[in-house]
Amino acid sequence: MAVKGVAATNGGSARRTYASSEQLRYARVLDAGMRFGLGVLVCGFIVYVTDLVPARVPLAQMPELWTLSAPEYLRATGTPEGWGWLGMLGNGETLPLVGIAILSGISGLCFVVLLPLYAARRDWIYGVIAVLEIAVLTLAASGVLTVGH
Amino acid sequence: MKQNYARGWTKVLPGAAIVAAAALSSTGAWAVGGDVAATAWWVWPLSLLVICFVLGMIAVPAGVGGGVLFVPIVSGFLPFHLDFVRGAGLLVALASAVAAAPGLLRAGLADLRLALPLALLASASSIAGALVGLALPAAVVQTALGVTILGIVALMWLAKKSEFPQVGSSDRLAAALSIHGVFYDAVHRREIAWQVHRTPLGLVLFVGIGVLAGLFGLGAGWANVPALNLVMGVPLRLSAGSSGFILSIVDSSAVWVYINKGAVLAIIAAPSVIGMMLGAFIGARLLTIIKASSIRKLVIVMLLAAGVRALAKGLGIWT
Repeated sequence: MAVKGVAATNGGSARRTYASSEQLRYARVLDAGMRFGLGVLVCGFIVYVTDLVPARVPLAQMPELWTLSAPEYLRATGTPEGWGWLGMLGNGETLPLVGIAILSGISGLCFVVLLPLYAARRDWIYGVIAVLEIAVLTLAASGVLTVGH
Repeated sequence: MKQNYARGWTKVLPGAAIVAAAALSSTGAWAVGGDVAATAWWVWPLSLLVICFVLGMIAVPAGVGGGVLFVPIVSGFLPFHLDFVRGAGLLVALASAVAAAPGLLRAGLADLRLALPLALLASASSIAGALVGLALPAAVVQTALGVTILGIVALMWLAKKSEFPQVGSSDRLAAALSIHGVFYDAVHRREIAWQVHRTPLGLVLFVGIGVLAGLFGLGAGWANVPALNLVMGVPLRLSAGSSGFILSIVDSSAVWVYINKGAVLAIIAAPSVIGMMLGAFIGARLLTIIKASSIRKLVIVMLLAAGVRALAKGLGIWT
């Protein structure tokens, strides 16, 4: 059972917190990941559009390409599906994707850091839910699932 | 003084919406005129940045996520393929939710025990929605998007809200999962004890919500809040906070499908996220000084126009 409404102190003044310890731990990891991911996304985008790191697909060609569907775009530009973009980190358009991947992956890490808390508390139901959520996020990120095309 | 600010912003926001509409109509006119390729490439991400800044500013006071405005408006009026717009829409919703969630969790305005079982089912079903959405022809998805947006307009117009729903007793599943708690309502300056009922129905609804989130890239705050508040009996403030937190998990799984299928283009997604988050930053400050109901009506009108446009585009009536 989560511990809620416990007394806590902040800057020397007593205050009451309504968040459980696992919520606070989750929030701490999510906050750090969000700041890092957004920072990488913004920096990567600036590097991309200012051509500091040249893009594999020239920016001037993009208006002809973004009207295509995703599979057509991949075929036209020779871009690989799945995690293939990791092999192209030297290209400008790939850099913002690193920030996007961090933002998309941080929730999985948050669930991982919850597991020891649930185990210590013998909260097996929520421990299993956290493990299942990690499995779902890993499955989504793996790229093995497919329909059609 | 505060009223003067409010009056000022009440004038500014519709003006900002008009600027966004002008940007949309001009870029849209180029798109319709078939002169897209001849336009300098930077016009489009810059237009996205401006449009998303205005959408972000409007979305917060209106109580909707950015994704639900972004996908129908951008897919309806800008030349990008729907695949990339949905990928960017999910990312916009994800970034907004991930930015808000830590504060909500710390303040106790989002509840982990409430959110986790719902988010688990919704995130699994959002993968299915994303896979199906990327496999279907764009016209079919566009038509379904139009119908869904018009449904959301009806839901926003008609749905009642209950600030503190009456829950006689927890159902057995909620009791087994210990889904209950106390949060501090700063508006009423008192502690609110809460519990939930109809948890099995709530779980089923979140399966459907996850499918829609993945299929259309909309985010799903518009559906999360009524499901939590009206069906499960969660107080309105906690529903809104927990909805944002659930979105941060659900959209994470759906957006991976879009990334893996090549449907996230940095040139579309990055300026959208940056514009929306800057706009939301301003919007959060406007929340205390403008009349939320007026902005909500403005958003309903915008969604109505975008829904009709999406439907007409999907059916080939107005391409």
